[in-house]
Amino acid sequence: MDPRIVLLVSALLFSLGVLGVLTRRGAITILMCVELMLNAGNLAFIAFARAAGTAEAQVYVFFIMTLAAAEAAVGLAIVIALFRLRETTDVDEIHLLKW
Amino acid sequence: MDRVALFVLSVLVIASAIVVIRHKNPVVSAIGLAFNLVAIAGFYMLLGAQFVGLLQIIVYAGAIMVLILFVIMLLNLREEALPHPAGTFQRVLAPLATLAFTGVIGRALWTASPSTFPAAAAGYGTADSVGKALFTNYFYPFEAISLLLLVAMVGAVLLSKRRLP
Amino acid sequence: MLKLIPWIAILPLVGVAVNGLFGKRLPRRTVGLIGCGVVLASFLLSCGATFELSRLPEDARHYETSLGAWLPLGPAGAHGEEVTIDWGFALDPLSAIMILVVTGVGFLIHVYSTGYMAHEDGFHRFFVYINLFMAMMLTLVLGSNLLVTFVGWEGVGLCSYLLIGFFYDRPFDARTGLSCADAGRKAFIVNRIGDFAFVIGMLYLVTVFGTLDYRGVTQAIAAAGEGRHALLVAVGILLFVGACGKSAQIPLYVWLPDAMAGPTPVSALIHAATMVTAGVYMVTRMSGLYVHAPEAMAVIAAVGAGTALFAATMGITATDIKKVLAYSTVSQLGYMFAAAGVGAYVAAIFHLMTHAFFKALLFLGAGSVIHGQEGQQDITKMGGLKAKMPVTFMTFMAATLAIAGIVPFAGFFSKDEILWGAFSSGKGIVWGVLAVAAALTAFYMFRLAFLVFFGSYRGDRHTFDHAHESPRSMTLPLVVLAVLSVVGGWIGIPKALTGGADLNVFHHWLAPAVATAHESAEAAHGAGLELSLMAVALGIALAGIAAAFVVYRQREGMAASVASTFRPVYTLWRNLYWVDELYEAVILKPFYAVSRFFAGFDRWVVDGLVNAAGVVTEITGQLVKLFQTGYVRNYALLFLMGVVAILVYFAMV
Repeated sequence: MDPRIVLLVSALLFSLGVLGVLTRRGAITILMCVELMLNAGNLAFIAFARAAGTAEAQVYVFFIMTLAAAEAAVGLAIVIALFRLRETTDVDEIHLLKW
Repeated sequence: MDRVALFVLSVLVIASAIVVIRHKNPVVSAIGLAFNLVAIAGFYMLLGAQFVGLLQIIVYAGAIMVLILFVIMLLNLREEALPHPAGTFQRVLAPLATLAFTGVIGRALWTASPSTFPAAAAGYGTADSVGKALFTNYFYPFEAISLLLLVAMVGAVLLSKRRLP
Repeated sequence: MLKLIPWIAILPLVGVAVNGLFGKRLPRRTVGLIGCGVVLASFLLSCGATFELSRLPEDARHYETSLGAWLPLGPAGAHGEEVTIDWGFALDPLSAIMILVVTGVGFLIHVYSTGYMAHEDGFHRFFVYINLFMAMMLTLVLGSNLLVTFVGWEGVGLCSYLLIGFFYDRPFDARTGLSCADAGRKAFIVNRIGDFAFVIGMLYLVTVFGTLDYRGVTQAIAAAGEGRHALLVAVGILLFVGACGKSAQIPLYVWLPDAMAGPTPVSALIHAATMVTAGVYMVTRMSGLYVHAPEAMAVIAAVGAGTALFAATMGITATDIKKVLAYSTVSQLGYMFAAAGVGAYVAAIFHLMTHAFFKALLFLGAGSVIHGQEGQQDITKMGGLKAKMPVTFMTFMAATLAIAGIVPFAGFFSKDEILWGAFSSGKGIVWGVLAVAAALTAFYMFRLAFLVFFGSYRGDRHTFDHAHESPRSMTLPLVVLAVLSVVGGWIGIPKALTGGADLNVFHHWLAPAVATAHESAEAAHGAGLELSLMAVALGIALAGIAAAFVVYRQREGMAASVASTFRPVYTLWRNLYWVDELYEAVILKPFYAVSRFFAGFDRWVVDGLVNAAGVVTEITGQLVKLFQTGYVRNYALLFLMGVVAILVYFAMV
């Protein structure tokens, strides 16, 4: 088994996540793509942990997961608040900071 | 055996990611994401990090996905249109930039990694070893992150409260 | 009292301060008293100081004092020693004469002004200005080095501007469209041109000889010998150009006729007796330099004689009483410079003194005439005023006889000494020109007298009926000056007339203080030649008077027929040789064009560049603002691009 394959998959997953963030219009979908990116990072971490043989990177992953959960919660709360104000989750509709 | 598992899991991960980013219906995207998360958990298992893999399924695929689906249902989101010309600039550059990005990262990771995995130590990836590391070396971050969760909870509640008239 | 000579110059400043700060609130009588009082005090102080000076032995009559160091100039001069200019004041026979004349005649004019300006607004302002003028003039004369003199030089130029433009809101000359303020500015600017040359001359002196002190310069020049001849000629000419500006010689005389825009006492004080003589004083002071630069002296003599003749021709055809006197002043100053140019410095100062007496008298008399006619200045509209203004008439005639050079009036002696000096120095052509000018002087002065005082009144009947003699405050100074015009020359009677007895007090007093270019030729050419020349001069003057009598008194309309016979000459003189127009076309118009160019340059290029900086910033802002689309996705893309850039950079490195 080649760690490089795993890392390649991780890189690819991350890029797909980035592409999704840039491309999609729905706020929640964008959040989902952000989760993709986080997961890709986690994957890379675990691969390296296995290569190094320590438990440290797994602890990192633990933390990242927790963080992701917190972030998802707060992010969704924001989306709800925004929806209440604007009746839409389309990020392109929220452009008041235009010059 | 491992190689087959690797191959299958890779395909699953990539395919479900593509579904997430391309499908118009947000619910389908969410299901795609769920598949992706499970596949990632599979990867973890494959790489010997059982505890983390389990956590992935419970927390990510379990809690977070449910939360996301919940909100989708609450807001009653319909199918969304694919990107509109709020930027021809965006439509052209985004793929290009992403491609460049992929290239750079991929190359970096490829050169940084070793070519094989060493043999795993006994007890690698068990709850035992992770727990030990967590509660000894990383005690302070552990407490900090619980505080963070508390704050996130409070914040989420506050943000989504309906304003009283 | 010699220690107090700086106070001679400072006392009038007290008048400036008091009248300047409080004059508006004080009654006119007090203002006049203060103004005249400080000048009287200066005069008494001058008398005392001169008396003390005279007690010193003849070859030691020099007193110097300093109010402190002024300008440290760094290394200069032949040996590169440190040079410092002091606030130095000095008294010697030459400056003694000057301060007596300036304060004496000045005092009389101050008294006259209390009467003349009694009905004008700005009475106190007038006295502030003329007191300031007195202070500056006295600084000029009492300075022990060129720089202190220059302070006074500039100061009198300033006061001249202030006083000529005194009636700042009145128009002046219908023919040229000048206002009084314009005339003041013209005087100042023309003066300035001369001052520029003066400063350059000073700079040469101080860098080459390391001193500006009069005695120091004379000694240094004597020591330097012939090695510096070209420099001395250059400096001499430069300083003389400065004198041309101040003393109205060709080509910088154009301001003096227009300076008649000022009140008449101003014309008397500044443009007859004192300021315009500053140039002559300066040239005489620097006689130590000029005797080593005969080329410069030749230039001075030529310009002086030329101006004497040139101005006299313009005086013959002028019709404003003050303008006739103005041209006369320019002409007489030419006499003084011609005298200095041929080496007769004593004669030049002698004529300066007598000229101060009779010219001031002429101007004050003219003022009296104008005052009596409620402002009329055109002599073609006057006539027969001798019955209406007897005192003015008599004193005016005394001055006219003096200026024409009739014995035994003052002008005869001084003018004669100049003519003798020109002849005996071998410069016959100078003598010739001056003699012709003398004839013309007699002619136009008597023309003036005849037209104003004799015959019948040609103007408005009403004005004639109301014409009156001036008050005592004005006629008293006239009388004093008339007496001086008669006896003032008697201190300089040449030996030839006294049959050998040396009564020439003036010459004895002044001669040690000035350099001599050549031994006085009194001894060389015997008394006979001198007496015959004197007779010739007298004859010329009488001829001029006779001619004036014939043209203006004997037959009606003779003047007009003479004018039409010589129409081209008459037109030339009447239009003042079109010199002002020439300057306007050749100098002023190109200058204005250049100024307009630079104004445009400033507005478009310089300001344009500054504005361009602002515009560039603005445009850049407009461009940058396009990044702020408001779409979060665009921002995310920009993040990504930034990250890619950084990664690529690190990958390269």
